[in-house]
Amino acid sequence: MTDPQPRQQRDPLREGLAAGWKHIDASTLQADTLLEADVAIIGSGAGGGVAAELLSHAGLKVILVEEGPLMMTSDFRMHEAEAYPQLYQESAARKTVDKAITILQGRCVGGSTTVNWTSSFRTPPTTLAFWQEALGLQQLSVESMAPWFAAMEHRLGIRPWPVEPNANNGLLAQGAEKIGVPVHGIPRNVRGCWNLGYCGMGCPVGAKQSMLVTTIPAALSRGAVLISRLRAERLIFSPQQRIIGLKGRAMQPDGVRAGRISVRIRARHFVLAGGAVGSPALLLRSQAPDPHGLLGRRTFLHPTVVSAGVFEQRVEGYAGAPQTIYSDHYLEQFPVDGPLGFKLETPPLHPVLYSTTLQGFGEVHADKMRDFPHAQVLIALLRDGFHRESRGGRVRLRSDGSPALDYPLNEVFWEAARRALLAMAEIQFAAGAQRVTPVHEGTLGYASWAEAQRGIAALPLKPLACRVVSAHVMGGCAMGDTPVRGVVDQRGRHFQIENLTICDGSIFPTSIGANPQLSIYGLAARNISLLAAELQNRPAPAIP
Amino acid sequence: MTAPLIGRRTFLKVGLAGSLMLASVGRVGAATADEEAALLAAISAALLAGMLPAAASARTQALNDTVAGVRHAVAGLSPSTQKEIAELFSLLGFPLARRFLAGVSAPWAEARTEDVAAFLENWRHSRYSLLQTAYGALHDLVLGAWYARPEHWAAIGYPGTPEIF
Repeated sequence: MTDPQPRQQRDPLREGLAAGWKHIDASTLQADTLLEADVAIIGSGAGGGVAAELLSHAGLKVILVEEGPLMMTSDFRMHEAEAYPQLYQESAARKTVDKAITILQGRCVGGSTTVNWTSSFRTPPTTLAFWQEALGLQQLSVESMAPWFAAMEHRLGIRPWPVEPNANNGLLAQGAEKIGVPVHGIPRNVRGCWNLGYCGMGCPVGAKQSMLVTTIPAALSRGAVLISRLRAERLIFSPQQRIIGLKGRAMQPDGVRAGRISVRIRARHFVLAGGAVGSPALLLRSQAPDPHGLLGRRTFLHPTVVSAGVFEQRVEGYAGAPQTIYSDHYLEQFPVDGPLGFKLETPPLHPVLYSTTLQGFGEVHADKMRDFPHAQVLIALLRDGFHRESRGGRVRLRSDGSPALDYPLNEVFWEAARRALLAMAEIQFAAGAQRVTPVHEGTLGYASWAEAQRGIAALPLKPLACRVVSAHVMGGCAMGDTPVRGVVDQRGRHFQIENLTICDGSIFPTSIGANPQLSIYGLAARNISLLAAELQNRPAPAIP
Repeated sequence: MTAPLIGRRTFLKVGLAGSLMLASVGRVGAATADEEAALLAAISAALLAGMLPAAASARTQALNDTVAGVRHAVAGLSPSTQKEIAELFSLLGFPLARRFLAGVSAPWAEARTEDVAAFLENWRHSRYSLLQTAYGALHDLVLGAWYARPEHWAAIGYPGTPEIF
């Protein structure tokens, strides 16, 4: 089960910093500061982390900018009350404009890779085929991407999880198999995992191969400079539309508001990896060229609906690797651009996340909470962005310059959400659930599959009544084959800004249809390898 | 279970009175810290019914801790969300809004839990998204503040975080 390890955990990042690796906590700066590098990377998540390692490995001087704090392995204590304000955007309560979707997104060194649940899927062939055939992204085939995914799988220890799934995942497998729905194991990016179940609060044993323990220490060991708690405020352009600098503002120690100290960074090239909300927002604030009105458009979320089952036996969804079993059965029922399909997975259950997600209040809510150790939860991640009517959302700026994501939930979404709630209830009853409750304000749950079928068919599915969540923000700076169809080209290079590469989930032209971290790692490895060769005047690597 | 129907009179109340009161909140200013604490305690008592201790002093302490937890959580939200929450608390602290928009006639410190629960249930199922989102914010803030505290875990059978160090 768990690897026996000494109680005193090593924290290589803390040791490296003690030995002289360069980290600046901008919230402690006393004066305005100017820094220079070959490449400035904005954002330290999946895209920024990979870029930092590869560019510093190529001998380039790199500065890595992060708005969130530097919290390390030895800081993580598995407490929701600490982790959400420290490690997540808006204390894990980021919402769409109408507040109908709650978004979990990391904001700390390592970005969402520090707090994700380790699921690591290659970009599905269906998605790449759609990008090639419908969107003209000819270069991105299963074959051409395979070596990049393989390289990142090797780098981050991604492999099938060899341990028995926890009961929360086990019941997904049992229920699905009973009704003939195939399930598979989820590859995870872990080394020496203790199977604790607290990945979402930062891995306390350094087993999760997040950017925090892999690419970022590697970059720092080669001289890269990390600046945390620095908000990237705007990019400064030359008259020729080259970026000449980044203007950042140090965050106050509360991590919520920017202070008065400014940090300017000059570089030859800029890599933007602020995530699919932050990256388009920075370009919008900077009034970057956007001749075809594509910036911030087509933002996708894998909008997710939730179903809670109660079992006679203890499930203990807080213990053990949180996501180890999935089913793509319902993604494969229809053509990719037909009615929306969905991926079935499980979330970890922790008291704050569970109690705030669960509908209702007072005695009814208290009763449901008393079943906590017996609760088993399924989530259905809807694949948005392929159907003609699934156009996603849009990132805009509030008057204070902060980003707001508008994501209307339309009929195409609700039709699929209803199928998803039905599918999850069917699986949970097949697995032996005593009661299944879709997370929706209009129901107290159902005692049988027959009752659930009738009930869910009649549920009014509307924003705010039906709980919708997301942990995957994608799009807004889409790749395209031509400037009319994209903000960046197939290498992530901005079509109008010569010295800008965008390197995060914002460049996906649709959602991925799977947890996106490995899609970001693979594409980042490819695009940044090409960029590093160009910046060093070396021949580009042969890319199929 | 269907949402309670909201009659025409309620619509007028919300439509006219609501917008008048929202407009006047700016002028009457924010609720004092004590007023805000009283309304948050009353709302928490309704949201947490079934979990709060019965003994008066323990109950008061638990509610005080919850109010502190809500304020701590609000301080971690984005400035634009903090502003919205502050407006919501100011509105609820305004006696006319409490009486006509929430339908709670007694001052918060004296309000009956059933009346507060009825107000929350109305907003939860309101046809007005503004009231629904206000309910959602109160739900998430109060329940999150409660279940963040280790002393409340035993009641739900959660053993707490594993010992590893």
